Amino acid sequence: MTDQNKDIDTHSGTETTGHSWDGIKELNTPLPRWWLIVWYATIVWAIIYMILMPAIPALPGMGTNTRGLLGESDRDNVAVAVQELRQKRADSSAILLGASLEQIETDRELQQFALAMGDSVFGDNCATCHGSGGRGAKGYPALADDVWLWDGTLDGIQYTITHGIRDPENLDTRFSMMPRFGRDGLLEAGQIDDLVEYVVNLSGREADGAAVERAAPIFAQQCATCHGEDGKGMHNLGAPNLTDADWLYGGNREDIYNTIYNARNSHMPAWDGRLDDASIKALAVYVHSLGGGE
Amino acid sequence: MGLMNKHVVLERHSLLLTVCILIVVSIGGIIQMVPLMYMDNTIERVDGMRPYTPLELAGRDIYIREGCYVCHSQMVRPLRDEVERYGHYSLAAESMYDHPFQWGSKRTGPDLARVGGKYSAEWQVDHLTDPRSVVPESIMPPYAFLADKTLKYDGIEDRLKTERLVGVPYTDDMIENAKAHLVAQADPDNLGYDDVDGLIEAYTEASGREGTVETRDYDGDPSRITEMDALVAYLQMTGTLVDFSTYQAGDLNNSR
Amino acid sequence: MMVGALLGVFMILALLMAAGAKDTGMAVQAWTFIGLAGAFLVGMSLWAGQLLGRNPFDQSEYENAIVKWGVAASMFWGIAGLLVGVVIALQLTFPHFMYFPEWGFTNFGRLRPLHTSAVIFAFGGNVLLATSFYVVQRTCRARLAGGMWPWFVFWGYQIFIVLAATGYLLGITQSKEYAEPEWYVDWWLTLVWVAYLLVFLGTIWKRKEPHIYVANWFYLSFIVTIAMLHIVNNLSVPVSFTGSKSVQVFSGVQDAMTQWWYGHNAVGFFLTTGFLAIMYYFIPKRVNRPIYSYRLSIVHFWSLIFIYIWAGPHHLHYTALPQWAQTLGMTFSIMLWMPSWGGMINGVMTLSGAWDKLRTDPVVRMMVVSLAFYGMSTFEGPLMSVRAVNSLSHYTEWGIGHVHSGALGWVGYISFGALYCLVPWLWKKKALYSKSLVEWHFWVSTIGILFYMISMWFAGITEGLMWRAYNEFGFLEYSFVETVEAKHISYMIRALGGFLYFSGACLMAYNLVRTVLGHGEAESFDTIDPKYARPHQPALQPAE
Ligand code: HEC
Ligand code: HEC
Ligand code: HEC
Ligand code: HEM
Ligand code: HEM
Ligand SMILES: [Ca+2]
Ligand SMILES: [Ca+2]
Ligand SMILES: [Cu+2]
Repeated sequence: MTDQNKDIDTHSGTETTGHSWDGIKELNTPLPRWWLIVWYATIVWAIIYMILMPAIPALPGMGTNTRGLLGESDRDNVAVAVQELRQKRADSSAILLGASLEQIETDRELQQFALAMGDSVFGDNCATCHGSGGRGAKGYPALADDVWLWDGTLDGIQYTITHGIRDPENLDTRFSMMPRFGRDGLLEAGQIDDLVEYVVNLSGREADGAAVERAAPIFAQQCATCHGEDGKGMHNLGAPNLTDADWLYGGNREDIYNTIYNARNSHMPAWDGRLDDASIKALAVYVHSLGGGE
Repeated sequence: MGLMNKHVVLERHSLLLTVCILIVVSIGGIIQMVPLMYMDNTIERVDGMRPYTPLELAGRDIYIREGCYVCHSQMVRPLRDEVERYGHYSLAAESMYDHPFQWGSKRTGPDLARVGGKYSAEWQVDHLTDPRSVVPESIMPPYAFLADKTLKYDGIEDRLKTERLVGVPYTDDMIENAKAHLVAQADPDNLGYDDVDGLIEAYTEASGREGTVETRDYDGDPSRITEMDALVAYLQMTGTLVDFSTYQAGDLNNSR
Repeated sequence: MMVGALLGVFMILALLMAAGAKDTGMAVQAWTFIGLAGAFLVGMSLWAGQLLGRNPFDQSEYENAIVKWGVAASMFWGIAGLLVGVVIALQLTFPHFMYFPEWGFTNFGRLRPLHTSAVIFAFGGNVLLATSFYVVQRTCRARLAGGMWPWFVFWGYQIFIVLAATGYLLGITQSKEYAEPEWYVDWWLTLVWVAYLLVFLGTIWKRKEPHIYVANWFYLSFIVTIAMLHIVNNLSVPVSFTGSKSVQVFSGVQDAMTQWWYGHNAVGFFLTTGFLAIMYYFIPKRVNRPIYSYRLSIVHFWSLIFIYIWAGPHHLHYTALPQWAQTLGMTFSIMLWMPSWGGMINGVMTLSGAWDKLRTDPVVRMMVVSLAFYGMSTFEGPLMSVRAVNSLSHYTEWGIGHVHSGALGWVGYISFGALYCLVPWLWKKKALYSKSLVEWHFWVSTIGILFYMISMWFAGITEGLMWRAYNEFGFLEYSFVETVEAKHISYMIRALGGFLYFSGACLMAYNLVRTVLGHGEAESFDTIDPKYARPHQPALQPAE
C-alpha cells in the first residue's frame, strides 16, 4: 500500500509509510546496519555460551539439563577455590597449632600470621558483641583491657572461645550461675538496696554507711563464695571483681540493683564447629595481644 | 518488505495483536519456571529439613512484616569470600518450606542465612532493641517495640493448615497442638513438660535429626510471650537444620 | 449502572471483612476501602446528577477530564514517592532519622517498599494511565470506550495505591518486591487491571484509523503482560478471608524464579515498554517530526518483548537457582541490549531535522536526555547480567545506582516531559507558566541524578571489592561493618542528590499549577489571537 501514495519526507528524503496518527508520521528508514550487526553478534555469542555452559532444562521424564561442554559448576569451583586457599594457609596454620605462646611471641612471622588471621575472624564473629578492637559494650566484656572474668592466659582464652560461656549445647562450657536473688525471692528488696550500697562502697565510691554495715553479713554469706570475701572476684567462677571501676553491666545503682535482682548470667556461644582450630588459636593470640593478657 | 507487509495484519486486528503479544511473552517464563517444578535436581537431597515450629513461623511472619528482607539476604552464594564469611553456601533445599522465599536482593546488612546460633539470644534482643548499643557503627533501625507487644497466636492452627495446603508437611498432631507447642517453646519452664516433649518429638521426627528444636525464653521476660520471643526464635534457627555431612555436592542428584 | 453495582458489592464484602477482621491491620484496610469506594460512588453520582439532561459521554469529543485527573495524581504521588525516597536515603545516612524505638511505622523496612511502590506504581502508574488514555484517543480518533469504566479504572487504581501504601505502614506485606500488597489488594488490582485492558482495547476497537499506532502496541503489551505477571506472581492462599495474611503457593527456589520473572519484567513492561509508548507519541508530537524508522519499530518491539521475559534469572546469579536457568538469564540479557537500544535510536533519530529544539526547548531536552539514560541503563543492565560482573555488583549499592539511573533518568524524565506537554495541551494554554523554571528543573535534577549515580557506583564497587578483599596472609581483610562505615560519605552525597531531584520535581509542580491557573506565559487560547492556537485540534475529528 505504501507504493500507491508515496509520501516523501522533505528533510531526510526518506519515504514515509503513508499513515498519519494525530499528525505523527513514520519514516521507512532501513534498520541501522551497525545495530543489526551488533545484535547478531550478541546472539551468536549467546548461543556459544549456552553450548559451553549448563543451559537447557530437560523435558519431563528426560533426565537432567545440559551440562555444557566446559562442565563448569559454581559449586565445584568454590570447593576448589576454598581448598586452594586452605592449602595456602595450611603450613602456617599447622605451625600455629603446634606452637606455644612463647614460640608465637618470639617468632615474628608466625605472630604476624596469627594476628592477621585473628583480626580477620574477629571482625565478623566477635566484634558484633565485643566491639571492634575488643572495646566491649554493656553486657559484653571489653577484651582490650587487662580485666578478666575468667582465665586471661592464652590457654584460658582459647578454652573460653572453644567452649563458650554458659552455652547450653556445649558440655565443657564455662559455667557458673549467679542466683537470681530478687526474682527468685532469695533476698528482700530492702536487702538488695543495702547490697547495692555495699557494692558501691567496695568500688571505692561514696555510699550510705548504715546500709553498708547492714549488708556486710549478707554479702559474706551470699556473695563471697563467688566474688570473694574482699569482693575481688574469682576467675574459676567467672565472678567479676567488684572493687574496680570496670563494670560489665554498668556501675550505677540502678544497674547494680538489676544485676543482683535478676542475675544476668549471659551467654557466649561456643565456637568449635563454627570456626576451625587454627582460627580459634589465632583468635586467642589476637585477643591476648589486645590488652594485658595474663 | 515481506515482513512489513505481513505485520500490517497485526496492526489492523487488535485482538490478533493482543493474542500474539500474549504468546510471545509467555514462552520464556514457561521454559524457565515449569522445569523447576518437575526436574529432580532442582532441590538437593539432604537430611534435616523440617517445617518451622509455630513459634518460629510466627517469628518469620514478623521478619516479613518488618521488612528485614529489604536489607538482609538469606542466600550465601558459592563464592569463596562468602563461604568464608557466612558459612556453607545455601542450598535450594534450605528454603523448600519458605512460602514465600526470603533470599533478598540487597545486603545493606549481612547475610542472615546462617545467623542461627551464631550469637546468644540476649545479644539478639539487645541488638534488635537498640542496634547501636552493641554495634556503634550500625545503621539498622531499632525494634524495641517488639518486646512490648504480646504475640498474637489465636489463628496459629489456621496458619499451619494453610501452609499444609501449599505443601508443607505439617502433621495433624502438629496442627492440633500448635498453640501448646508455641507456648512450650517460648516458655518451657512454666509449662507441662508434656508439651515440651511433644514439640521436640514432633519436630525432631520431621527433621530426622536430633537437636534442631531449641526451647527457652528468648526475650528475657519469662512472664509473657512477645513478638521479640518469636522473632529471636526464628533467627536462632536459621540455617541450622541441614546436616551438611549428608550433602554430597558431587552426587548427580545434587549437581546442576 | 454496572460500575456502581460492582462497587456496592465490594463495599459489602469489605464491610463483612471489617466486621470479622482477624487483625487490626485488616480492619483499618477494610474501613479505608469502604471510605474511598463510598467517596467515589458519591462523587460519581453528584457528577452524573450535575450533567442531567446532557450527554456525559459525547462521542464527538475526547475524554479529557480523566487525563487531567491523571496528571494531577501523577504529580501528587511523584512528590510523595520522592519525598519518601529522600527520607530513606537519610535514614541510611543518619540512623536516628525518623526512627522511634517504640513503634515501627517509619522504620526503613516499611518505608522502603512505600518508596518503591509510590514511585513505580503510584507515580509511574498514573503517568501511564493518563498518557495512555490521552494517546489512545488521539491515535485512534475515538473517545475512550466503556462510559463510566475509565473512571472506575482511575479511581480503582487510586484506591489500590492507598490500600497498598497504608498496608506497608501497618506492616501488611507479602515481602515479594514490587508485589508486596496482600491478597485482597492483589485481587482488587486484578479487577481494575482487567477493566483497564478492556477500556484500552475497546477504544482501539472503536478507532477510526485503519492502523494501530506503534505507541499503542507498546501500551497494549504493557497492559497484557503486567496482567499475566501480576496474577502468577501473586498466587497465594489467604489464611482467612477476614485476615490480611496469605501464604504463597510457590516456595523456595520456584518462588524465587517466579518472583524475579515478575520483578525483572515489571521493569521490562511497566518501566520500559510503557514508557517507550509515551516516548513514541510525545517526542514526535513535540518536535513535529516523523518517527525515524517504522521497520525498527517492528523489529525492536517484538524482539524486546520476547527476549525481556527470559532475563529474570539475572537477579538470581550464584544463588540456589539451578545454574542452567542462570545461563539463560545471562545470555538473554545480552541479546536484549540491541532491542532495548532500538527504542532509543528511534526516539533520538526522530529529532533529525529538529536538533535545534534541544537548545531551545527544555522539555524536548528532558525527553532526549531521558533516552540517553535509557540507553545507559540498558547497557549497564546487560553488563551486570554477566555472571562475573554480577558476583561483584549483586547485593551492593551498584544495583541501587543502576536502578536509579533508569528510574530517575529514564522513567522520571520521560514522564516529566510528557506532563510538561500535557498540561498546556489539556488546559488549553499557549505555553507553560515559565520556561526558565523548566530550565531550572532540568539542571537541578540532572545534577541530582549525577550525584546519586556516581556516589552509588562508587559505594557499590568499593563495597563489593571490600567484601571479597583478602589480606596478604590469605584472610578476609574487612569485616562487614567496616564496609557499612565505608559507605557513609557516599550515602550523604546520594541523599543530597535525591534532595536535588526532589526539589526539581517541586519546581515542576509549582510551574504546572501556575500554568493551569493561566499565569505568566500560560495565556489561555480563548484570550489570545487564534493564529497562536496550536495546529492540532483538541476536539475529536470525524473520520475521513
Ligand atoms: C553473643 C555474643 C558474643 C559473641 C559473638 C562472642 N562473645 Fe565472647 N563473650 C560474650 C559474653 C556475654 C561474655 C561474658 C560472659 C560472662 O562471663 O558473663 C564473653 C566473654 C568472652 C571472653 C572472656 C572474657 C573474660 O573476661 O574472661 C573471651 C576471651 C571472649 N569472650 C572472646 C570472644 C571471641 C574471641 C569471640 C569470637 C570468636 C567471642 N568472644 C564472641 C559474648 C560474646
Ligand atoms: C554462684 C556465683 C555467684 C554468686 C553467689 C554471686 N555472684 Fe555476682 N556474679 C557472678 C558471676 C558469674 C557474674 C558475672 C557474669 C554474668 O552475669 O554474666 C556476677 C556479676 C555480678 C555483678 C556485675 C558486675 C559487673 O561488672 O557488672 C555484681 C554487681 C554482682 N555479681 C554482685 C553480686 C552480689 C551482691 C551477690 C550476692 C548477693 C552476688 N553477686 C552473688 C557470680 C555470683
Ligand atoms: C536499614 C537496614 C536494616 C534493616 C531494615 C534491618 N537490618 Fe539488621 N542489620 C543491618 C546492618 C547494617 C547490620 C550490620 C551492623 C550490625 O550488626 O548492626 C545488621 C545486622 C543484623 C544482624 C547481625 C548479623 C550478623 O551476622 O552480624 C542481625 C541478626 C539482624 N541485623 C537482624 C535483623 C532483623 C531481624 C531485622 C528486621 C526486624 C533487621 N535486621 C532489619 C541493617 C538492617
Ligand atoms: C537491557 C535492559 C536491562 C538489563 C539487562 C538489566 C539488568 C539488571 C540486572 C542484572 C539487575 C540485577 C542487579 C542485582 O541484583 O544483582 C537489575 C536490577 C534492576 N534493574 Fe535493570 N536492567 C536493564 C534495564 C533497566 C531499566 C531500563 C530499568 C528502569 C528503571 C531497570 C531497573 C532495575 C531495577 C528496579 C532493578 C532492581 C531489582 C531489585 O533487585 O529490586 N533496569 N537490572
Ligand atoms: C528523590 C529521589 C529518590 C531517592 C532519594 C531515592 C532513594 C532510594 C533509596 C534510599 C532506596 C533504597 C536503597 C537501598 O536499599 O539501599 C531506593 C530504592 C529504590 N528506588 Fe528510589 N529514590 C528516588 C527516586 C526513585 C524513583 C523516581 C524511582 C522509580 C521510578 C525509584 C525506584 C526505586 C527502586 C525500584 C528501588 C529498589 C531498588 C532495589 O531493590 O534494588 N526511586 N530509592
Ligand atoms: Ca518471653
Ligand atoms: Ca502481592
Ligand atoms: Cu532485571
